[in-house]
Amino acid sequence: MFPTPIEKTPRAWQLTYQSLLPLALLMWLLPLLAVALFSVKPEADFVGGGYWSLPSYFAGFENYGRVFFDSDMPRYLMNSVLITIPTVIGCVILSSMTGFALGIYKFKSNIWIFFMFVAGNFVPFQILMVPVRDLTLDLGLYNTKTGLVLFHIAFQTGFCTLFMRNFIRALPFPLIEAARVEGVSEWRIFWYVVLPLMKPAIAAMSVLIFTFIWNDYFWAVVLTQGAESQPVTAGITSFNAQYRAAYHLMSAGSIVAALPPVAMFFLMQKHFIAGLTLGAVK
Amino acid sequence: MSTTAMPITEIAPQRSWYKRNEIAVTPWLFLAPGVLFFLFYVIFPIFQSFNLSLYRWDGLGEAQFVGLANYQELSTDRAFETSLWNNLKWLILYLLAIPAGLFIALFLNQTVTGIRLYKSLFFFPFVISQIVVGLVFTWFYDPTFGLLNVMLGWVGLGPINVLGDPTLVTYGIIAAGLWPQTAYCMILYLTGLNAVDPEQIEAGRLDGAKGWKMLWYIIIPQLKPATFIAFVVTIIGALRSFDLISIMTNGGPFGSSRVLSFYMFEKALSEYGFRMGYGAAIAVVLFLIMLFFIAYFLWSMFQEERAR
Amino acid sequence: MRSMLKASIAALATTAVMAGAALAGSHGAKLSGDLVIFSDMSNPAPRAVMEGMVERFGEMHPDLNIELTVIDREAYKTQIRNFLSANPPDVANWYAANRMKPYVNAGLFDDISDMWTGKIGEELASTKGAMTIDGKQWGVPYTYYQWGVYYRKDIYDELGLSEPATFDEMKANCQAIIDSGRKCYTLGSRNYWTTGGWFDYLNMRTNGYDFHAALTGGEIPWTDDRVRATFANWRELIDMGAFVDNHQSYSWQESLPFIVNGDAAEILLGNFAVAPLRDGGLDDSKLDFYQFPAINPDVELAEDAPTDTFHIPSGAKNKEAARAFLEFVVSADNQTLINNGSNLGQLPVNANSGVDDDKFLKEGFAMLSSNSPGGVAQFFDRDAPAEMAAVAMEGFQEFMVFPDNLDDILGRLEQARGRIY
Repeated sequence: MFPTPIEKTPRAWQLTYQSLLPLALLMWLLPLLAVALFSVKPEADFVGGGYWSLPSYFAGFENYGRVFFDSDMPRYLMNSVLITIPTVIGCVILSSMTGFALGIYKFKSNIWIFFMFVAGNFVPFQILMVPVRDLTLDLGLYNTKTGLVLFHIAFQTGFCTLFMRNFIRALPFPLIEAARVEGVSEWRIFWYVVLPLMKPAIAAMSVLIFTFIWNDYFWAVVLTQGAESQPVTAGITSFNAQYRAAYHLMSAGSIVAALPPVAMFFLMQKHFIAGLTLGAVK
Repeated sequence: MSTTAMPITEIAPQRSWYKRNEIAVTPWLFLAPGVLFFLFYVIFPIFQSFNLSLYRWDGLGEAQFVGLANYQELSTDRAFETSLWNNLKWLILYLLAIPAGLFIALFLNQTVTGIRLYKSLFFFPFVISQIVVGLVFTWFYDPTFGLLNVMLGWVGLGPINVLGDPTLVTYGIIAAGLWPQTAYCMILYLTGLNAVDPEQIEAGRLDGAKGWKMLWYIIIPQLKPATFIAFVVTIIGALRSFDLISIMTNGGPFGSSRVLSFYMFEKALSEYGFRMGYGAAIAVVLFLIMLFFIAYFLWSMFQEERAR
Repeated sequence: MRSMLKASIAALATTAVMAGAALAGSHGAKLSGDLVIFSDMSNPAPRAVMEGMVERFGEMHPDLNIELTVIDREAYKTQIRNFLSANPPDVANWYAANRMKPYVNAGLFDDISDMWTGKIGEELASTKGAMTIDGKQWGVPYTYYQWGVYYRKDIYDELGLSEPATFDEMKANCQAIIDSGRKCYTLGSRNYWTTGGWFDYLNMRTNGYDFHAALTGGEIPWTDDRVRATFANWRELIDMGAFVDNHQSYSWQESLPFIVNGDAAEILLGNFAVAPLRDGGLDDSKLDFYQFPAINPDVELAEDAPTDTFHIPSGAKNKEAARAFLEFVVSADNQTLINNGSNLGQLPVNANSGVDDDKFLKEGFAMLSSNSPGGVAQFFDRDAPAEMAAVAMEGFQEFMVFPDNLDDILGRLEQARGRIY
């Protein structure tokens, strides 16, 4: 293990390390803690200029209450859910298929199709912006959740295919050969042999895609407008425009907007990290 | 690992065409929906953008072919030049996330009680939306009440207005971006460190390697896969930087924090932007820069595939 | 001869039908179906006005199903182009003059010149020019408002100052304010357009309305010495330290606390500033207004008075109801009502409407109708084409932070002018 395990170091360093740890964490999360503090301070504290004083009283309930009951925030959150979940499902379906095709079969253009997905996944969004916007307008899907979902599925398929294909490549191939010898048809191999083995990959990928899509801002701005279809990342800017300079509400709103992926991360930590670090270890 | 199709041994006389060609056809059936979707939404639009960059179009009326005029204009456009320089700053400074992530990973790679929670808490800025990160740092930098100036005040330094100063603003935004990106690199390295071969470390210790030497000659080479991924995601993150700029400064003050991705959006779709063709030309330049890296990534992956 | 006769009969017939339709619209013939309205009146007071209008119009036409969508005012500015072509409503808000030009040129707004021929044309005569492009009218105004300097009367009294009539007096006042430890003008130039207001006034006072119109119309180089004279005047204020520090970091709303808290004494803004300043606790004993003073005695005073508008997109489905709604909006009674101090707090566009008994509205109305002989401009980003406005206002902000960059900025603007017009 590197660095040297702390148990084997001098007592003095052990103590320093133990006290350094919380301090470092505090420093690291300082900007966020500041916002959390803002979000439970009453408005009067800001008017008096006491930005950094302790809250004169705990106003968390009233601030968060206003975010939930006195603004469009719940609608934006709902939109985010209705955009994120179908995207995750669509990506899982499409990419388990493409991943299967590219991971199991050997044909001439395999590597080129794979590279097309990988390369497409890296392109800057901006080069797609105008054509995708026009396409969405032409399809009559501008400012709909569907329009946003379709694009997200298509774009994320690049990353997901990379992910799935690499995972499938690492599966024991003799399993599939054995199935073929038994005369199992190809789609049954996919459904009964490969798919069950892909469960951990699907879980990891779903959590990742959830986070990516939830946090998307660019496409939300390009393809949607207004509270009926915009997700919370775009909604928070209108929310802030409405409550400009009301720092207690803007802070509470930001925390609400940021919370779902954070919750997702803490609940599904193992899958999340497994997904992110796929390939970081050989 | 071999992926050769099994030779079909018993051929029944009345098997359908599909059955006979199952192994050759199946992958295409499985690929079709994904590939079509991807072509439709990602690959074709790239070419459309190339084409559009040769037109003058306000996004409303008829497009008018202007040849390379948009590119000619780019060469004299000062805002474009600023964006390009800022992109370079982003590319270089964003890479600091890699050593910073490694440093934190080394710091946290222990087995004391509660370390798992520490790791999670260090990581979680990454899962927060960039919009919220942008807001958080905007307030952190605020010239009147920002925590940064409060802290500078403690050590007797005057207030600075990071986001209002054209020379500091880009660095300020990059610092905000480094926060989640460092967390990302950290988690990559933590996983990588787990897989470092303990025998090699022991061997190194026997050879008298310690501290920096050990890190440089034994650990880092073994972390190569993690470093590669960290490099890929950091470069892409740097060139995609849009959310933070849009939220923190909207390109200001007077356009000094623009990068290509933001400038493109500004020219094509913002309040006063009606120049789709010009925007497309900016996007093409950004794409070409990215293409350089994409080619490198693919080449690395290709080498790896061949090595299998 | 025969064909001519036929043509004129046809023309007569169409006119008759149109007149009939117009009459029917305003006099309560049955309107039915859906009327879809997109509005940018998202701030609290305008939102209530918009909802009120929809309600009253709905009562007049019970068979009409009105769907109102209110979109955030800033977001609306980028979204209008999308919905005009993708899912056009029947009625949409926008702004007058050059700001509507891209949509007029793209054929996205309906030509409603015929609505302007009768009574409406007379009643709205003062804003007809701002609604006209290529000799046709493309919408109707519903409100306009004055710009000027809003100041802290109590601070003026404390320092023994009075409203300035000349630029020298303005600077002298400012010096006294600075000497008392305050800033003169607060500003939120993170919204670039706030600097456009300063430029408009300094340029109109230095060079006059006609010059200003020619400049925003692209006929005069930005490197012209007369433009430089405007910036020289502006620089005098900057060098005095008249403006709040870090104004480039604040939006206009975020700049208001400076004047509310008394850290700055004045702000140059449109009359929409009054509502939030009153909300901030400045009652009429503390807040007052003066017309931007004369700089060059040889030019006539001219004002900015931006006009906000309603349009019928050419893709509208229920144009009959849309026209009826527009007529309702500009009618004298409705104009009196929606612009009064407890609603929009702005000026009615209909000559037969009454101006509310509000200090700022009365002062603004008097100023615009009798003390603006030079002319009335819309606003920098409505008079200049969109792209020129964007480049120029960004330059104004840079100038306000780094006045020494002026040559460079003007060179850039001149280059942009060569390309844009």
